[in-house]
Amino acid sequence: MSKYVTKIVTAILTLFIVSFAVFALQELIPGDPAVAILGDTATPEAIETVRADLALDDPFVLRYASWLGDVARFDLGTSYRSNTPVAGEIIRRLPVTLELMVLAQVIALAIAVPLGTLTAYRAKSRFDRMTTGILFGIVSIPEFVLALLLIYFFALGFGIMPATGWVPLTDNPAKNLHHALLPALTMALPVLAIYQRLLRSDMTATLQEDYITMAQSKGLSTSHILFRHALRPSSFSLITMAGINTGRLIGGSVIVEVIFAVPGIGQLLVQSIFQRDFIFLQGTVLFVAAAYIVVNTAVDILYGVVDPRVRYQEA
Amino acid sequence: MTNTDEALALQGDGLAVVPEAAAPEEHLPVKRSVFRRFGPLFWISVAWLGVVTVAAVFAPLLPFVNPLAQNYEAIGVLPGSPGHLLGTDGLGRDLLSRAVYGARISLVVTLSSVAIGIVVGGGLGMLAGYFRGATERVIMAATDAMMAFPALVLLLALMATLGSSVRNLIIGLGILGVPAFTRLTRANTMMYAQRDFITAARSVGARSRRILGREILPNIIPSVGAYAFLVIAMLIVAEGSLSFLGVGVPPPASSWGRMISEGRDTLQSTPHIAMVPSAFMFLTVLAFNMIGDRLREESDIRGSTI
Repeated sequence: MSKYVTKIVTAILTLFIVSFAVFALQELIPGDPAVAILGDTATPEAIETVRADLALDDPFVLRYASWLGDVARFDLGTSYRSNTPVAGEIIRRLPVTLELMVLAQVIALAIAVPLGTLTAYRAKSRFDRMTTGILFGIVSIPEFVLALLLIYFFALGFGIMPATGWVPLTDNPAKNLHHALLPALTMALPVLAIYQRLLRSDMTATLQEDYITMAQSKGLSTSHILFRHALRPSSFSLITMAGINTGRLIGGSVIVEVIFAVPGIGQLLVQSIFQRDFIFLQGTVLFVAAAYIVVNTAVDILYGVVDPRVRYQEA
Repeated sequence: MTNTDEALALQGDGLAVVPEAAAPEEHLPVKRSVFRRFGPLFWISVAWLGVVTVAAVFAPLLPFVNPLAQNYEAIGVLPGSPGHLLGTDGLGRDLLSRAVYGARISLVVTLSSVAIGIVVGGGLGMLAGYFRGATERVIMAATDAMMAFPALVLLLALMATLGSSVRNLIIGLGILGVPAFTRLTRANTMMYAQRDFITAARSVGARSRRILGREILPNIIPSVGAYAFLVIAMLIVAEGSLSFLGVGVPPPASSWGRMISEGRDTLQSTPHIAMVPSAFMFLTVLAFNMIGDRLREESDIRGSTI
């Protein structure tokens, strides 16, 4: 029990450090933060208002404390440019990013599990070496290049998929999936390569175990042995990685969202950078980092609940 | 990857695992030439990197077309045309020389950043792994906090705040590399610190500084070096992503990422504008990954996984 408390406490501490770092970014802005925040609309009166609003003359610690208090109430501030509250905009865009992430994970696992199992079963065969080689190559392709390649072949070449754009899930599920497929595929491919590698290395070890030989001698079919007996004990690293990626893909969809014009959180982040909208930038970065930490901790804890080996190992 | 394969092959059948006789060579004392030991792919990667580096370093002296020279009579020319080996982009600039000059930028930025990562991250990791206790806890807490940021988000936030310039890019990427090296050197240091020769050194009165510098450091250099290649590959991709999004090295510098972004608009009509720098970037990243992977296998540090 205390193990979980430690994990939660560590997570909260990390959240504090992260929030500190994000807030401290403000200090790094060359010049007057108020001017940077206002940008074009920086009249002397506006600057005064902003300075008063954010209490920029107060000492850092005081400002940090009050900002933290706001964040705790889920108030991430309101942009001076667009007059929209940051938190609301994030909540509005969150489902889109989540959909991409879920889709990417599903595609990656759906392909990686059979592929990893097969390459483990036929280790060192030509199929195995070819697959591993191709996937190694895929991991070396930068995400934006991969996106462009997919667009070139599937959208422009075969014309079967739209290159950009988005249709909300509630409007038209079929079209929504149609638009989401290429972005999700772009995110899924590198992740898939890692999953396959992990599953393969774990499963080749599992397939050496005595109980597999026993199952074989009982006359069980190959697919039964592979998927009903060997898969579950070999999926430890795979599930760990999948859990980590769940958090990582929330912030990792930036490039994909920009290229495919998907209205998610990643796009919000990049937009806030180009519009020099610092309030939005701050809020979005904090959200993404916090989500990453929270999801990782949750997965970590869930692990101990689901897999007894973890519980006993760490005892 | 290959270690497990070899172990498997030596053990024989599991569930119809195809046995191979190739494995035992790796376990003999090294009488094979260095060339055969590392494999052809490794050396091809080294060759590619060598060519790129030489071309990048000596670019002003080599007969490359001026990468900034816009030529409106030769827009979007295809590769293989006279005078433009890899074609031209939308403003008539020669793609080959742009790519080579782009390599200059990528290499300078990533090598400087990885140097920062090694010195700062490696140093911190060594301190954490050797002194343990409170030092280790503080350093690891900071490292974990840094790893809590999705990398690109952190970089974007930094570049947006500090402004995009080569210097800030190097600092940002360097910060990105620090946690990885900290964990690596900490794990390695912990492994060596328990060994007898360290105890012996301490017992003859060697100061910690000397132990760290003369005993531990030379031992962890191989694994740090191997890992550095992988980190460089990652940093090239990171720098490329930033340039692609427009917050990397400012124009008119022709970083690969920026070239790819420029080629994006005419992807259908003239794909080579985006594909040439993409190919350069892919091959270079692949080469670094191959070399780093292979070197890691050779260093074979057990218990130092990150």
